[in-house]
Amino acid sequence: MALTLTLGLVLAGCGKNDAGQNAAEPSGSKDAGGDKVTIQFMHLWPEGVSAGQNKIVNQIIEAYQNEHPNVTIKQEVLDNEQYKNKLKVLGSSNNLPDVGVTWAAGFLQPYVDGKLFTPLDDLLTGELNGKFVAGTTEAYAINGKTYALPLEFNIAPVYYNKTIFEQNGLQVPQTYEQFKQIVKTLSDKGIAPIALGNKDRWTGSLWYMYLADRIAGQKVLADAISGSGSFEDEGLVKAAKEVQALVDSNAFVKGFNGLSNEEAKSEFLNGKAAMYLMGTWELPNFTTNEEIPKSFRDSVGFFKFPTVEGGKGDINSWVGGPGVGLFVSENSKVKEEAKKFVEYFVTKWGEQSVTGAGVIPATKVDTSTMDLPQLYIDLFNEMNKASSITLFADVQMKPNAAETHLNMIQALFGKAVTPEKFAQEHTAAISKGN
Amino acid sequence: MDKVLSNKKMIALYVLPALLLILAIVYIPIVLTAFYGLHEWNGIGAMTFIGLGHYKTLMQDKAFWSSAGHSCLLAIFSVLSLILYLIVAMVLAARIKGANLFRKIYLIPMLLSSVAIAQLWLRVYHPTNGILNSLLVSIGIDNPPAWLAEPSIVLYALFIPILWQYAGFYILIYYAALKNIPSSLEEAAKIDGANALQIAWKIKLPLVMEVVKVTIVLAAVGSLKYFDLIFVMTDGGPNGASEVMASYMYHEAFRAYDFGYGSAISFFLLVICLLVTWVIRKLTAAKDTIQYS
Repeated sequence: MALTLTLGLVLAGCGKNDAGQNAAEPSGSKDAGGDKVTIQFMHLWPEGVSAGQNKIVNQIIEAYQNEHPNVTIKQEVLDNEQYKNKLKVLGSSNNLPDVGVTWAAGFLQPYVDGKLFTPLDDLLTGELNGKFVAGTTEAYAINGKTYALPLEFNIAPVYYNKTIFEQNGLQVPQTYEQFKQIVKTLSDKGIAPIALGNKDRWTGSLWYMYLADRIAGQKVLADAISGSGSFEDEGLVKAAKEVQALVDSNAFVKGFNGLSNEEAKSEFLNGKAAMYLMGTWELPNFTTNEEIPKSFRDSVGFFKFPTVEGGKGDINSWVGGPGVGLFVSENSKVKEEAKKFVEYFVTKWGEQSVTGAGVIPATKVDTSTMDLPQLYIDLFNEMNKASSITLFADVQMKPNAAETHLNMIQALFGKAVTPEKFAQEHTAAISKGN
Repeated sequence: MDKVLSNKKMIALYVLPALLLILAIVYIPIVLTAFYGLHEWNGIGAMTFIGLGHYKTLMQDKAFWSSAGHSCLLAIFSVLSLILYLIVAMVLAARIKGANLFRKIYLIPMLLSSVAIAQLWLRVYHPTNGILNSLLVSIGIDNPPAWLAEPSIVLYALFIPILWQYAGFYILIYYAALKNIPSSLEEAAKIDGANALQIAWKIKLPLVMEVVKVTIVLAAVGSLKYFDLIFVMTDGGPNGASEVMASYMYHEAFRAYDFGYGSAISFFLLVICLLVTWVIRKLTAAKDTIQYS
């Protein structure tokens, strides 16, 4: 993997595209109806890490190639962080694959500015019209044009260990006061109330965003993130203060500011921490993943982030949004064919991803026909009655502002800045406009 | 053989492959980096020329100078630790029992990949299950600090694995240099009644001084541009408490999409390293060289 990446980085600069692991290609490309077309498809679901998704990708590719014998799809597979790095390198050398994976909003912006992604609005008015969950394609739209079609949709509930709650006589909290009481009870007993790994910074951002949403209201938060409002709004500063109050009450595992998300997750998985705020992408670990003991998986439940007394947010407001999406390169030589493939992929993915990989797609899912674990059904129901969904701040903001936000989150949780300074730094970064 | 060596064309032919490689992989990228540093560029779109604008920003960038301070601190600790390595090498070279085995043991960290070392020390420093804190708790210290989460100690906590990583390298260099000293000198000194300490200080040290000077430059410059363990273990956190110049440059270029600024930082780091090298060479220049053949 490392060799591929190194080679890729060196050779990409010289304008060559290094192929990673190739999937099984059809034994012979028949020349039936159309010229032979090869589509380069780069994605981030390697077999070792994302077995479910990888299988679905290969199934869809095989099916498409069978239906279109003149088309060959060459895969390049990298893991998440490597993918992000390689995409940047390819983007800067104008060597993007025909079809690839991207994130929304702020991540997308530089590529759109550089005219590297092609608009996919024609696909939205075709077969996929009305099939997407509200708000998902909007996150991929810049200046009215949609530049990628979302594949995933996530919200972030607070997962909790039902066994620990029962053993300590705790109930699911409806209000933030009840939540703080739970934190106090657990921490008095020496049990870590919340598993948080803030070395990666975005994990802490989830906590801040929920407190901001519940105290200041969804609109104030969304405006502040987009730049039309301000982080110095009274409610948002209060949310920052509340974060520090939580830290002071020993709500998080010891040394959380230096722990990675994986390390924190293992505290939760080992039953050492009672609660874990994370996205629905974790669901496979709590339902179908055989590597995690069934006794633990059966003991995981979730609750919605509680409301704050006097706050403006309601309990059905969620933090979340579309996950990754597919883009088509503007400079692709097989644009039309690539677009057709993307349309096909999104449709088939929507049908197979839930049962095949435990991933919630951005296209609407009819759960009545599927045999799903209870957690999925409950969360699907929640998504359907959500009053609003605010996209993760570090994805929504432009890259430089996102970096400042993430660093400030770490500083806030580490009590290295005051809530007021936290707000000021945000204002300064967002006003820079990059 | 003389015919080959004196033929300029043959010399050029033998030198050419390595020269081309170094030009392509080292010198041309340096020139390109300097070029990018003069532009405003997000890595993907178009570049706009802004002259020395980035360098002006750099001079006032508090985050950068804080990271430069951390790099300097690492460089100082690195150079000071050379003293320890020299002593260890002297002990090993004195032909004690098991010297061979110790040499191999000290060399092992250098054979491990930086990421493997980082993972190892992450387990050591883990706040609740880590080897270090479990040990501290078992001997009665109740609330040992979270080594990688406390901004005041995270940098020093990182220095230990960093220095540990390269200890074997320097010990090996000193050992080789010490082994090069003809034993006749040592024996002559012993006959004259010198004890071990006097031999080490007055005879061995001056004779390996040239090598020591080289290692000082290596340690200082290597520490200034150090990246690996910082990146994997704390990623410069929490909030820049363990940031060094190289990791700051990485964050600016690859996370904040500011390749122009990242290139400027990178080129500035190169200039700093060249400057430090020059200063060290100047300060340690020999007034007279010692011959012993």
